[in-house]
Amino acid sequence: MLLSLMIFVPLLGMVVVLLLPRESEELIKRVTLLFTFIPLILAVYLFIAYDRSSISSQYMVNISWIEKFNINYHVGIDGLSVTLILLTALLGPICVIASWRNIEKGIKAYMALFLMLETGMLGFFAALDLFLFYVFFELTLLPMYFLIGVWGGPRREYAAIKFFLYTLFGSVLMLVAMIAVYLTSGDPGSRTFDIPTLITLASTEGHALNDLNFQIWVFLGFFIGFAVKVPIFPFHTWLPDAHVEAPTAISVILAGVLLKMGTYGLVRINMAMFPLGLDRFTNGSDFWGYSLALLGFINIVYGSFCALAQTDFKKLVAYSSIGHMGFVILGLAARNDTGVSGAILQMFNHGVISAMLFLLVGVLYDRAHHREINGFGGLGNKMPIYTGITTLAFMASLGLPGLSGFVGEALALLGAYAKYKTLTILSTIGIVIGAAYFLWTLQRVFLGALNPDYEDIPEINGREILTLVPLGILTIVLGVFPHIVIDMFSVSVTELTKVMGTFEANL
Amino acid sequence: MDYKNNIESILYFTPEILLIVFAAAVIILDLFVKNRGSQKVAYLSLIGLGFTLVAILITNSTIADGPLSLFWGMIRLDKFAVFFKVLLVLATAATILFSLRSEELDERLKGEYHALLLAVTLGMFLMASSTNLLMIFISLETVSLTSYILAGFLTHSPRSSEAAFKYITYGAVASGTMLFGLSLLFGMTGTGDLAEISQRLPEVLAAGDVTGLGLLISITFILAGIGYKIASVPFHMWSPDVYEGAPIPITAFLSVASKAAGFALFLRFFYSGFQDEGILQTVDWGFLLAVVSALTMTIGNLAALPQQNVKRLLAYSSISHGGYLLMGGVLLTPEGLGAILFYLVVYLFMNLGAFYVVVLIANESGSEMIESYRGLSSRAPLVAVAMFIFLFSLTGIPPFAGFFGKWLLFTAVISKGLYWLAFIGLLNSVVSLYYYARIIKAMYFESPDEDESFSFSNSTFALLSVFVIPTIFIGILNILYNFSDKITL
Repeated sequence: MLLSLMIFVPLLGMVVVLLLPRESEELIKRVTLLFTFIPLILAVYLFIAYDRSSISSQYMVNISWIEKFNINYHVGIDGLSVTLILLTALLGPICVIASWRNIEKGIKAYMALFLMLETGMLGFFAALDLFLFYVFFELTLLPMYFLIGVWGGPRREYAAIKFFLYTLFGSVLMLVAMIAVYLTSGDPGSRTFDIPTLITLASTEGHALNDLNFQIWVFLGFFIGFAVKVPIFPFHTWLPDAHVEAPTAISVILAGVLLKMGTYGLVRINMAMFPLGLDRFTNGSDFWGYSLALLGFINIVYGSFCALAQTDFKKLVAYSSIGHMGFVILGLAARNDTGVSGAILQMFNHGVISAMLFLLVGVLYDRAHHREINGFGGLGNKMPIYTGITTLAFMASLGLPGLSGFVGEALALLGAYAKYKTLTILSTIGIVIGAAYFLWTLQRVFLGALNPDYEDIPEINGREILTLVPLGILTIVLGVFPHIVIDMFSVSVTELTKVMGTFEANL
Repeated sequence: MDYKNNIESILYFTPEILLIVFAAAVIILDLFVKNRGSQKVAYLSLIGLGFTLVAILITNSTIADGPLSLFWGMIRLDKFAVFFKVLLVLATAATILFSLRSEELDERLKGEYHALLLAVTLGMFLMASSTNLLMIFISLETVSLTSYILAGFLTHSPRSSEAAFKYITYGAVASGTMLFGLSLLFGMTGTGDLAEISQRLPEVLAAGDVTGLGLLISITFILAGIGYKIASVPFHMWSPDVYEGAPIPITAFLSVASKAAGFALFLRFFYSGFQDEGILQTVDWGFLLAVVSALTMTIGNLAALPQQNVKRLLAYSSISHGGYLLMGGVLLTPEGLGAILFYLVVYLFMNLGAFYVVVLIANESGSEMIESYRGLSSRAPLVAVAMFIFLFSLTGIPPFAGFFGKWLLFTAVISKGLYWLAFIGLLNSVVSLYYYARIIKAMYFESPDEDESFSFSNSTFALLSVFVIPTIFIGILNILYNFSDKITL
């Protein structure tokens, strides 16, 4: 019940917000904050109360929904989902606070859509029924489309529809795969969408779901759906557009949570349900696994090089996201405990760090009304606090040991090295380039002579600091004590690698 | 099968008779109505539809033990027919309510207009229940002839006359072709009764009296007539022009009711007449239909992409929805039938709703172009919300009902292994997002040309919510999924 409450509180909040008069903007914002704060409290509670030693899903609710097709409202959390739920719930209030002053028109609709988006994201991470999973997945599209399209920058219409078309294209392929899985799961009458049941069936020798060819095709269907979301090269081109045009808070959600939906899906569906799609291609050759690792490598290097070339601050951060998501893919491709743990940790850390980066870009944009990196200079003296926080975020993102970004990437690389040595070594180029573009940006924006246009640029204010401090603390704490998060999912990961047959007791 | 003779059948024919009575009553009442602005005839038509609906439900209770065959096997009264009759009554009632608010129609012709609407409904009832080739043709012609007049009802508009003319020309060719196909079928089997045809065809095929080619030609010709009614490629050419030229309520009516009746005919014809394995082996018309279905949705969608006129855009979109529906019928499976019926219900609400918004905006702005939707979110926020719900439902985005309908259709297709068709269908959904989103973009992302907001009456919103609420909830709530189990052919 607790879990369902957490999922649907934002939706209830949406109804409340819609009933409030359009003029009372302060009230709308406060109500929204309240309705995003409740899930945060619940998520923190779930995170603490979660039984770390159990492999089964917890806080399960399983109610029949569409009886005829055996579709259930089945939600529950395991270590992986509770981690991402915490991330989502944390970013919710932060984004509301970040939107407090800089959304000028239609605050009511904005907040209502934001709340709907939050329900979609929370529900997605908790869903244990494939149909429900898909519905929540799509439920995030609608609000996102409007949030980018109405409140975005100059090319918002283009960015919004591009985002929508790309994601929808991916998700229809997913739909075909989903229906195929459903129809293959049994005779009419015993078919199911239940994810745990399907995982069991798919690993049962002799069951139709266990067929190698079937798994490869279905794997591909789901993979493309999630790859668009991650985004994995070559499906990434929507991302820079969407990020650049989206308002700050929406970029935060996009980078912080929506991208994780892709990788979460890869773990939850592709790797857990259809491990054969990736493994044991023919006579033990690792064609698909290698391809996935290769895609991760391309993401890392390509994303980093693109970021290096950007002069738009936000675009730089957007491309750096593509690069950092590459580490997640690489870690997953390794399919050993270390790699997968690193990948999941990186998902969480990247959510926190990229949220910070986008918030910081937003702070600067609100003051200067442009994001041209070369148009600044010497801001360090004028905005010391801002510079400090930015430096922290940059360092965390480029993987400085002691900060959270390092641990996830290191584990992912370590896991991948066991399997794909050359690719892993080449991937480290990405880290070097990452350091290059962040340090270069630091230099261009904050160091050197002060650009006279920004003599009077105001320092970061209390509200903005409030959004950044929790994230900043997390990057430091998780840099030193990564086990706080790793412990959450280590049992689940072991279970996953056992299902995949790649279990190695080495973490 | 319980056969009823002509006298016994009359009782079960009450819904149809009521339609005739009220159509006549409407014409008579119109003679006595002096005030030109009066809506009395419209209300009388609505009352007539109300009575008809009650009568349908009463006849439904008489077939609890099994379907009845009326007038010596000419038409059949079964759950399938009842389903379509209810659907058609609802669509006609909605059309009359739209017409009440539409400012396009000529006040002087109200009487004829409503009488014709009731008459065309009668024809559609017959289309949904005919089980004899002769009846099939007559019911089709009844619908066609009245539709021609309705499409050309805007006497002052040359486009409306053009629409009617195109409709007649295409219609005449299509029904002529169909009649030829029917006569071939009659010649092969010596009977017009669908049930008997399905028995005799395998025999004559086995005996070698009839070749597969002959049967294929016959079925293809018959498909021309049916395809024309459901606007499937390549018999769709009339529909954009007719839909654009006809009064908006009639366009809505044609795109929903006429299509539904066409599907009723299609399903009854193929499900009850040609499901035999032997026939299917001789003529693979399932594949033929799959190709037609794929072409219909693709061409409909691609043609919708560049449209600037919302009515015309919706016309092409309804062609593509015909293609989606056809997918369910390709395989003659019970799942396919259930999916089509479910989708028709969903389509009724979402498509009529979208057309109602077109009526409202055309009244206020005098235009059907996408430009007139600019900034609708600030000029008429509730109408804009309703429209985006209809459009996203048409695209098939959850949580709206259109998604659940499409999901059922695709499941039916994939369950028979037609992955290629499902792929084409789903890619078409993605394409359709682009043109639906153009309207949404205009409504939400662009600023209005004028700031003056539109004002609508409360009854307008009430009617709008009649379409919005089902569009949101039919899919999410587990209420309609089981109804189709009882409907068999």
